[in-house]
Amino acid sequence: MINRTVSSVEEALEGVKSGMTFMVGGFGLSGIPENSIAQLVKTGITDLTCISNNAGVDDFGLGLLLQGNQIKKMISSYVGENDEFERQMLSGELEVDLIPQGTLAERCRAAQAGIPAFFTPAGYGTEVAEGKEVRDFNGKPHILEHAFQADFAFVKAWKGDEAGNLIFKGTARNFNPVMAGAATITVAEVEELVPAGELDPNQIHIPGIFVKRIFQGAKYEKRIEQRTVRQKA
Amino acid sequence: MLTKEQIAQRIAKEVKDGYYVNLGIGIPTLVANYVPQGIDVEFQSENGVLGMGPFPFDGEEDADVINAGKQTITTLPGASFFDSSMSFGMIRGQHVDLTILGAMEVAENGDIANWKIPGKMVKGMGGAMDLVASAENIIVAMMHTNRAGASKLLKRCSLPLTGVNCITKVVTNMAVMDVTDKGFVLLERAPGVSVGDIKAATEGNLIVEGEVPEMVI
Repeated sequence: MINRTVSSVEEALEGVKSGMTFMVGGFGLSGIPENSIAQLVKTGITDLTCISNNAGVDDFGLGLLLQGNQIKKMISSYVGENDEFERQMLSGELEVDLIPQGTLAERCRAAQAGIPAFFTPAGYGTEVAEGKEVRDFNGKPHILEHAFQADFAFVKAWKGDEAGNLIFKGTARNFNPVMAGAATITVAEVEELVPAGELDPNQIHIPGIFVKRIFQGAKYEKRIEQRTVRQKA
Repeated sequence: MLTKEQIAQRIAKEVKDGYYVNLGIGIPTLVANYVPQGIDVEFQSENGVLGMGPFPFDGEEDADVINAGKQTITTLPGASFFDSSMSFGMIRGQHVDLTILGAMEVAENGDIANWKIPGKMVKGMGGAMDLVASAENIIVAMMHTNRAGASKLLKRCSLPLTGVNCITKVVTNMAVMDVTDKGFVLLERAPGVSVGDIKAATEGNLIVEGEVPEMVI
């Protein structure tokens, strides 16, 4: 067994520097690497490029890094629900690259899988296609998209073991599995870290080979963005 | 004129037994409430769930189980979770049978705009561009005109496009229309709405062939 564990969030984030590009897992506030984000805020590093489907809310998720003006550029598919984000974008402080969600996922997966580029129909004929190569396949136009290049990927799983194997829960899975192994260094934080051998190899979603450092998060707030319920009859 | 609920109710009649369906945010989400009994469908949410159920009971909500609108949801027997790449593999690979989404504008050639108002609203396209580029069966749920009364069914979209030549059907508060090579073909009128009313509210080419029946909801 190759042990991927690190003893603390500080050790997990060793090597992060201003100007780097990070992948950050999660959809909305679900499945975000809360502990890594909190530590990134503490480091005070700036001029970051963040690849993440969303930008959090004003006071949680990547919104915490936006508050401190640590992010220079966001690469996302949907950035509603964040007033500070909107303010920074409209004032020109923050660069924003909006790309289709499926393309975002696939550009991560391509980086993970060693595929430099791929063709997709998403965005053809729109401003997303501007400046990109177009090619017809089976009579349908597609645009060329490239794999991302990132320094760190921060992902969050439900359970993990010392070997870096990961299991996700519910829709908190989202972008986390496709970002694991898609950057130079992948840091996985988990709600529960167990010794190697405790997780059933049949149930592993992401093998430890894609994870460089793993640690158990000190605490999880797991904030709900849109609490919607029905009443019992 | 139909209410938003009635638009959803009318669209629900397009949902067939055995369909996997992706519902967008807004009116499309309401469609799930009106799928007739005895029809087996599974709802896909692009953040990574197939087999989505109703909202949870108060106190049973789970931060790890949400839909694409970030609302807490439940799952039904047979449901599955998956990652974002696989989710869009389902969409791009045309495994999803029907996509229902909202729009700000639809053009007579099937173009759609629903993600950006330059200088005003820039929230992003989310999964809409992937959905409209790949789905073969797309129904748009929308109001026929904007608040100022101007048509949202146009010759050409004025807003930045989400996709080109992709919309096949539109259900509004006034009418049901197919989108064809020649333009909007009027299929049904909302109760109390005349063909003349619909013509006046449609900037794009509206094709009227014979008697146009009133919608049955």
